[in-house]
Amino acid sequence: MKDRASSLVRGGILLLLTVVMAGCKDGVLDPKGQVAADVKSLIITATLLMLIVVIPVIVLTLVFAWKYRASNTKATYTPKWAHSTKIELVVWLVPCLIIIVLGTLTWRSTHELDPYQPLKGVAGEEDPLTVEVVSLDWKWLFIYPEQHIATVNKLVIPAHRQVAFKITSDSVMNSFFIPQLGSQIYSMAGMETKLHLIADEPGTYDGFSANYSGGGFTGMNFKTDALASEADFDAWVEQVRAGSEPLNQARYEQLAERSINHPVETFSDVEPGLFTTILQQYMTMPSEGEEGMHGMEMHEEASMHGQESADADKQHLAQE
Amino acid sequence: MFGKLTLDAIPYHEPIIVITLAVVGLVGLFVAASVTKMGKWGYLWREWLTSVDHKRLGIMYIILALVMLIRGFADAVMMRTQLAVATGGSEGYLPPEHYDQIFTAHGVIMIIFMAMPMMIGLMNIVLPLQIGARDVAFPFLNNLSFWLSVGGAVLINLSLGVGEFAKTGWVAYPPLSGLSYSPGVGVDYYIWALQISGLGTLLTGVNFLVTVFKMRAPGMKLMDMPIFTWTCTWANILIVASFPILTAVLGMLTLDRYLDFHFFTNEGGGNAMMYINLFWAWGHPEVYILILPAFGIFSEVISTFTGKRLFGYKSMVWASGAISILGFIVWLHHFFTMGSSANVNAFFGVATMIISIPTGVKLFNWLFTIYRGRLRFAVPVLWTLGFMVTFTIGGMTGVLLAVPGADFVLHNSLFLIAHFHNTIIGGAVFGYLAGIAFWFPKATGFHMNERLGKAAFWFWQIGFYVAFMPLYVLGFMGMTRRLNHTDNPLWEPWLYLAAFGAGLILIGVVCQLVQLFVSIRDREQNKAEGDPWNGHTLEWSTTSPPPFYNFASTPIVEGIDAYTTAKEKGYAGWRPEKFAPIHMPRNTSAGILMAGFLTVMGFALIWHIWWLAGASFVATIVTLLVRAYDNDVDYYVQPDEIERIEGSAAGAKVAEQV
Repeated sequence: MKDRASSLVRGGILLLLTVVMAGCKDGVLDPKGQVAADVKSLIITATLLMLIVVIPVIVLTLVFAWKYRASNTKATYTPKWAHSTKIELVVWLVPCLIIIVLGTLTWRSTHELDPYQPLKGVAGEEDPLTVEVVSLDWKWLFIYPEQHIATVNKLVIPAHRQVAFKITSDSVMNSFFIPQLGSQIYSMAGMETKLHLIADEPGTYDGFSANYSGGGFTGMNFKTDALASEADFDAWVEQVRAGSEPLNQARYEQLAERSINHPVETFSDVEPGLFTTILQQYMTMPSEGEEGMHGMEMHEEASMHGQESADADKQHLAQE
Repeated sequence: MFGKLTLDAIPYHEPIIVITLAVVGLVGLFVAASVTKMGKWGYLWREWLTSVDHKRLGIMYIILALVMLIRGFADAVMMRTQLAVATGGSEGYLPPEHYDQIFTAHGVIMIIFMAMPMMIGLMNIVLPLQIGARDVAFPFLNNLSFWLSVGGAVLINLSLGVGEFAKTGWVAYPPLSGLSYSPGVGVDYYIWALQISGLGTLLTGVNFLVTVFKMRAPGMKLMDMPIFTWTCTWANILIVASFPILTAVLGMLTLDRYLDFHFFTNEGGGNAMMYINLFWAWGHPEVYILILPAFGIFSEVISTFTGKRLFGYKSMVWASGAISILGFIVWLHHFFTMGSSANVNAFFGVATMIISIPTGVKLFNWLFTIYRGRLRFAVPVLWTLGFMVTFTIGGMTGVLLAVPGADFVLHNSLFLIAHFHNTIIGGAVFGYLAGIAFWFPKATGFHMNERLGKAAFWFWQIGFYVAFMPLYVLGFMGMTRRLNHTDNPLWEPWLYLAAFGAGLILIGVVCQLVQLFVSIRDREQNKAEGDPWNGHTLEWSTTSPPPFYNFASTPIVEGIDAYTTAKEKGYAGWRPEKFAPIHMPRNTSAGILMAGFLTVMGFALIWHIWWLAGASFVATIVTLLVRAYDNDVDYYVQPDEIERIEGSAAGAKVAEQV
């Protein structure tokens, strides 16, 4: 039993190491952007904090079980002993203390990592690249409103510049996620969610939907090309403008039809306001004004949310 | 005439389904033929199917749970093998059309039709005995609850052969589960299976709360109740408070799908976020409904097999209460990524973490119960120790997911899948399996085979780590859930390993089935006494199996661990000079009939066979009225009858002591 116990512990540590090593290739423990890097250190800190309780509990379970086995008649036996105020105090206080520390960490990190907030102290802080994201059945449409171009199932961004994503859906709910760059956020019809990310290294990163959306869900992925410089990005934009067809309402409707494993597409000239049209088609009900208002409320809520977090951020800066 | 139902609804072109149905049909025929050959139909109907005896209902609940475990586990094996095969450009053998139904069915079956019946089954067998009652407060309602659970299970399994099941994931989020995106009958099967069984669960919650508050043996104060009874009581409070939310949210989804309402649709001012909030306002308490009784089982097992009193009984009761109440204010942690403000996310994150405090206290209390005890390594103890190690890891990953920043990259990943299997298998299921091993001799009168029980434990325990630790890794590597096939060479070894782990668990399950068979076969050699483990609580004070009236005379209760006190003070086994008549409920066929009609109604509503839905609803109401006007629902067991039954039992007891 003792051997078994110690080999269990050893196995556990080995497993943990393997997990960490394996997670270092790709994925969320191989961050290529500031958000992802912050999340990684948050995960590590929180895990270490919890291990302060978890390791003693596991070790004590095995040690006590072995030491107080029925066949060990030398061990003390106190069948009536069922209460000790001192021990009770300790077992309530220790978890409380750890949760106070972890709770504080959580409160701070949740505000710092609020995906609606623009990233601070990074390139493009004042001038982020805006990308409008629409989840469709079953593909991703990326509209570049400033460049008037659009792509399907391929996201191209300049590295070292903040990207402000505005996200919605023209179908069911999905989740927009590029693990190596950081956080994910849901895409929902009639609502706009926001996400701010940055790539700190040029490279190609996997992106996909992290919320099941029906039969073609598995093929709903895309590559994110983070280009080395703004000049490269501008060159790519020119190339798209030169060699693609325009995207107007009619072409969009064709695109929005169901398709599985949709190939990469590019569009040279996007009808202005397409994203807003997609967003608002679920908000305004021509016949029933009241329901339309409800939709508007959601939208105001979304924009109010932005304001609120900006305020929270100011407070946060003031505290520092 | 038959609504949407045509012969095309039967998937005879799907070999996997046809073979499954053929096997199920053959097993069914074999069982039916055996019962006919033994001439036991009448016995089965009179003594079991129409029984209002909580112990028999408990056993039938557990049989239901085991059958559903096999179904849900078959789904799991198919998913793991699909994902192990469908790598590097291969699409595997299960196209999304089929695969998406499987993962939805797996989730629904394991939670609603495996874990819940197993928990409720154990509660049925044990709780009335622990409080010294003769039955539950409403025995007929208890029978009805059971058959409603069966009705739901019948519907969900019927979807395999008639039509299809939902392809939405077990949460059935709209708009995907709405009519525009899921026009088939799958979601309707989901709705009516959950509604019918959910009604049964709600009635069970009410029934057992009244039982605990009104039917405790004289002298047993609330703070004297055995800890398992206490944790079940907290779970029942959660059931009564949360299941109506599920009923309401599914009702709204029904209106959307059947009557063109717009609660959750994209169009017409619907708001899917409302469904998601309401679903988890039920769904989160639901996981505590599953885990709290398991915590109670571990407490009973540890204090019994260490030969000690439970350390910190009061702490345990209040920790369970704290978990129940906090369990209600954390639902938002299931969707931190929906765009709530940082303040909202942080609040729900911290609230979630606070739950780990009372949970941690429980773990420490179990540790200090072992401390200075004499621990016997029986099968229930193995499950408990396995739980204490495994659940601690699951708790840790749960707290990590409660940090919104971390959840933003781990949400919906295989890390999440690993986490909740870590807590539900390593917590709830290990608990129920410990409970079955612990109370099996009480319920049946004979012991389970120990060697096969231990083998099953080790295969489950090791299989669990091999199957789910790789999922933690895959989650970190960025693999999201519900993928049909993958194309990342780095993931492959982990997917193979996980499939291998599922194979190990499969061996564990087979060990348990063989164990059950062997134990029943050898029952004459393995007879159990009334108190085989030297237990603390009242269920051990009566015979194994207990007589249908549980206790010949009302048990005497002094404080916690009433039976240990009785043994110490020497009045265990005391019997009065003359027995008083015992008031007992009569068996009734109203429960199975009502649930049967409601199940037919569910089926008719799924297929839009309106006349049948109406007719079966009327039949349900008529059956209820007939039952309500039936005055012959109870009787008295006369003292000489008790004398006769107890005489033989007492004779057995004396023989034991000699």
